Amino acid sequence: MKASPLQKLIVFVLGWGAALLMFFPVAWMVLTGFKSEIDAVHSPPLLIFHPILSNFTHVIHEGDYLGALGNSVGIALGATVLGLLIAMPGAYAMAFFPNRWTKDLLLWMLSTKMMPAVGVLMPIYLICQKSGLLDTLTGLVLVMMLSNLPIIVWMLYTFFKEIPGDIIEASRMDGAGPLAQLRIVLLPLAGPGIASTALLSIILTWNEAFWSLNLTSSNAAPLTAFIATFSAPEGLFWAKLSAASTLAVAPILIFGWLTQRQLVRGLTFGAVK
Amino acid sequence: MCTLELKNLRKAYGNVEVIKGVDLTINDREFVVFVGPSGCGKSTLLRMIAGLEEISGGELLIDGVRVNQVPPDKRGLAMVFQSYALYPHMNVADNMAFALRLAGVPKAERDARVAVAAKTLQLDALLDRKPANLSGGQRQRVAIGRAIVRQPKAFLFDEPLSNLDAALRVQTRIEIAKLHNDLKSTMIYVTHDQIEAMTLADRIVVFNAGRIEQVGTPLELYHNPANLFVAGFIGSPKMNLIGAEVVQTDGSASMLKLEGGSGFAVPARLAPGAKVTLGLRPEHIELAPEGGLAGKVEVVEHLGNETIAYADIGAAQPLTVKLSSDAPVRLGETLHFALRGHAASLFDEQGQAIALPGT
Repeated sequence: MKASPLQKLIVFVLGWGAALLMFFPVAWMVLTGFKSEIDAVHSPPLLIFHPILSNFTHVIHEGDYLGALGNSVGIALGATVLGLLIAMPGAYAMAFFPNRWTKDLLLWMLSTKMMPAVGVLMPIYLICQKSGLLDTLTGLVLVMMLSNLPIIVWMLYTFFKEIPGDIIEASRMDGAGPLAQLRIVLLPLAGPGIASTALLSIILTWNEAFWSLNLTSSNAAPLTAFIATFSAPEGLFWAKLSAASTLAVAPILIFGWLTQRQLVRGLTFGAVK
Repeated sequence: MCTLELKNLRKAYGNVEVIKGVDLTINDREFVVFVGPSGCGKSTLLRMIAGLEEISGGELLIDGVRVNQVPPDKRGLAMVFQSYALYPHMNVADNMAFALRLAGVPKAERDARVAVAAKTLQLDALLDRKPANLSGGQRQRVAIGRAIVRQPKAFLFDEPLSNLDAALRVQTRIEIAKLHNDLKSTMIYVTHDQIEAMTLADRIVVFNAGRIEQVGTPLELYHNPANLFVAGFIGSPKMNLIGAEVVQTDGSASMLKLEGGSGFAVPARLAPGAKVTLGLRPEHIELAPEGGLAGKVEVVEHLGNETIAYADIGAAQPLTVKLSSDAPVRLGETLHFALRGHAASLFDEQGQAIALPGT
């Protein structure tokens, strides 16, 4: 069926409307970052103002932006690499050697994501405290990895499932053991899927705030915790907070924009062949 | 050399038994075709032989050695899959050399063996291509080439022609037959297509519901089906199977009353009152001036080289008759049919064949 011009117009307006609605807070945040503190709280809100850069220089020099950035990168990459290493054999086994518990196991793994994180805050905090992992990169990498693991396993499972079982069986007939199958057949074929999974994991870890706020103070604080330091007891500095937020989301925004093709494919979970 | 022995082989998924005890010996250099309707277990049995499915019971022997627990690649068998199962990220040459590479065969020897196989299958010009850039027939040839390169003890084919179009299927079928003549290897071939079975096989194994119904050469199965299932499965168009009752026995002949009321004499001594099934091949029936079976023609199919007529003789199924292309058959006309020679089959109430003289 071909869409009529009116239908096209409606879809166009709805699409752009939704996009602008979602984009507006981000755009407003960026704009506020360039305002003085006075302009930032001006009522009615100012769209035209004298832009300044002092908020950004303040955030970079007064706070430990580069340290937090480094932590964010380290945690995101660490949690993602570790998660993939653990999830890949698991997803391989579940996709190609399923038994009657496989579906239940997958659902159970996903169900852990349905529980609010705060529900396990106390035990996780105590475990980290007793094992000396509070405010360490190792601790945060472990917790973030575990919290994303169900999604990584689930996504990889879906991508592996797309690979015809015959190909794996043919490689078994040809003499490939499990490791050779992973390395020579599975990895090249599921490469795009694994990349999408890695991207999603990086973004999820980057944006995660709950655990970073609760398990770090200064040493291992990533950007999410860094932003929070700008809502200080002495008052809310909207312009500086916006500048910090802009600096925090900028790297991942650029990263996401560069990799959007992979991401879209990953997020549609192979539904579109 | 490769002889395969299947001794009371069984496969069960939980409580569901899909292979219910199969005994079969496949001789060296033999081309054996497993045939049967979908879901009869023929593919599962092939996969058990390959080592891709665990064996639940019984024994599998290759050249006299029990291989139940031996992993697939150590059994020395090569398999050609219905979906071709080529490695999409490797070119044709790498696909064919993959097993040799894993086995640590030096590159020079790998290349030489791939070149020989490629020549046999006319793949020389395609060695650098990826599977995505090949036609279905070419892909299937690469899959066969991948099997040949390994120089296996036996080849296993799992419905290898099902994804090809009709013309290519015939052509590839002939190539596989030639390949068997050239390589003189043991081959096991699974199909649901009885024409492939008839044309390729030294021996056909007919499966139904996880059991062997009959094993024999194509012509044995065609002329002497052991039971109703084989009778209905082998032959195209299908054998006419007509319910009948023995009304009279006289010396060495019996008179049958067919469904629909016609009488039919068979050269066998049967108990009067017994319920039997009469089997008549469409190609063994000819037109008669009068008498015999009478039926009104319901459908006529002109195929050019022959004419197939379907006539209502009062039985549950119309009588299928294969006639010459110039046979004077018109729709709606009542014709009389007679049997050429004694080529009828007879089955008892349990569906087992009753021996008739001359068959």
